[in-house]
Amino acid sequence: MTTETKTLKAACPECDAEIVAAETPFVHEILPCPECGLELEVVVADPLQLLPAPEVEEDWGE
Amino acid sequence: MRLGLLHSRVRPEERMIFEAARNLGVDVVPIHVDSLVLDVSSTDRHEAFRGVDVALDRCLSHSRGSALLRVLETWGIPCCNSWSVRELCGDKLATNLALAAAGVPVPHARIGFGEEGGLAAIEDLGYPAVIKPLVGSWGRLLARVNDRDAAEAIVEHKVGLGSTSHGVVFAQEHVEKGGRDLRVFVIGGEAVCAIERKSEHWVTNTARGASVAVHCVGSELANLCTSAARAVGGGAVAIDVFESARGLLVNEVNATMEFRNSVAPTGVDIPGLLVQHALEVGRAARNVALVAGGAL
Repeated sequence: MTTETKTLKAACPECDAEIVAAETPFVHEILPCPECGLELEVVVADPLQLLPAPEVEEDWGE
Repeated sequence: MRLGLLHSRVRPEERMIFEAARNLGVDVVPIHVDSLVLDVSSTDRHEAFRGVDVALDRCLSHSRGSALLRVLETWGIPCCNSWSVRELCGDKLATNLALAAAGVPVPHARIGFGEEGGLAAIEDLGYPAVIKPLVGSWGRLLARVNDRDAAEAIVEHKVGLGSTSHGVVFAQEHVEKGGRDLRVFVIGGEAVCAIERKSEHWVTNTARGASVAVHCVGSELANLCTSAARAVGGGAVAIDVFESARGLLVNEVNATMEFRNSVAPTGVDIPGLLVQHALEVGRAARNVALVAGGAL
C-alpha cells in the first residue's frame, strides 16, 4: 500500500469506461466502475491496472 | 509496536483503518492473506509476520481468516479479534449457544438435520420463521418462510443444492422489529456508538440497502451489548439487536465489523478505536510474556 496523492486512470476491462482513482489506491483495493457498476480490483497501483474483482464467496462477510 | 493488518480485498474499512493507524503514528504493515503460503510444519514465523506485535483481522472469508488466526496465535502473535472470537461469531449456531449460555436474550431458534429434521425444526418453531446459513453475512441466503410449503421447498433446496453445511438447518423466529434493527459497536468492553438500520424489507442490512441513522446508546442497550461481547470472548464486535415485543434480543455478533456507513452519522472514529484496541491487545500480550519470562 502506498499513500501519496496522485491521480491515476485506467479503463474498465468490462465496458472500457475511464476509471479515475481519486487518491493513490492500495493494491487489492476495490473500485466500482461508474458506468457499468462492475467491482474492479487494483492489481497494480501505479500505473493503475484493474481486473474484475473476485465473486463473493459463501463464507464472506463480517 | 508493529500492527499487521490482515486483509483480502481493501474495502473502505481497510483504507480507513490504515489511515487511522498512520494518523496515530502506528507502524502498520498490510498483509494480503490470499498471497500467503504458510509452513505449518514449523514453528518459524512466515517472513511477512516477523516483527509483527499484533494482528488485526480484516479477512473477508471466515474459513480463511479463522485458519490464519489459528496459525498466528500458535506462533505467539496476539490477534484482534482472537481466533476463538472469530470462530464463535462466524458461526451462527456457535454464537447462539454462547449467548444463550451467558443468559443474553436471543430470538427463539432451532436446528435440525437434513430435510426431515430441518423441516421438523421449523415446524417446532412455528411460522413465520427465518432460515439462515450457519456461516455467511450481508443478509445473503436468508429465507423467511411463512408456511410449510415454503419451508419444504427451501429445506429441499438447501440440502440438495447447498454444500454439506446446509444440511444443518438453522431456523430462527421471525421477530417483528418495526422496520429497523440496531447495530451497536462494542470495542474493548465499551459500547462506543450505535446506529439504526431501517428498511421496508424485512432484512435490515445495509448491504441490502437499509438506511442508517445514529442511535443513542442507553444503559439497557449498553449493558446488553457488553454482555453479548463478553459472551463471545470480548474484543471488537458489532452487535445486531432487535427491539421485540418481549424486549431487546441479540440477533448476531460480527467479529470483523463493517463501519463505512457508521462513522459519519455517529461521529465516532471507529477505525481509530479499532487500531487503539488492537495495540492494547498487543501490549497486554507483551506484558504477559514479560511476566512469564520474569522481566516484570
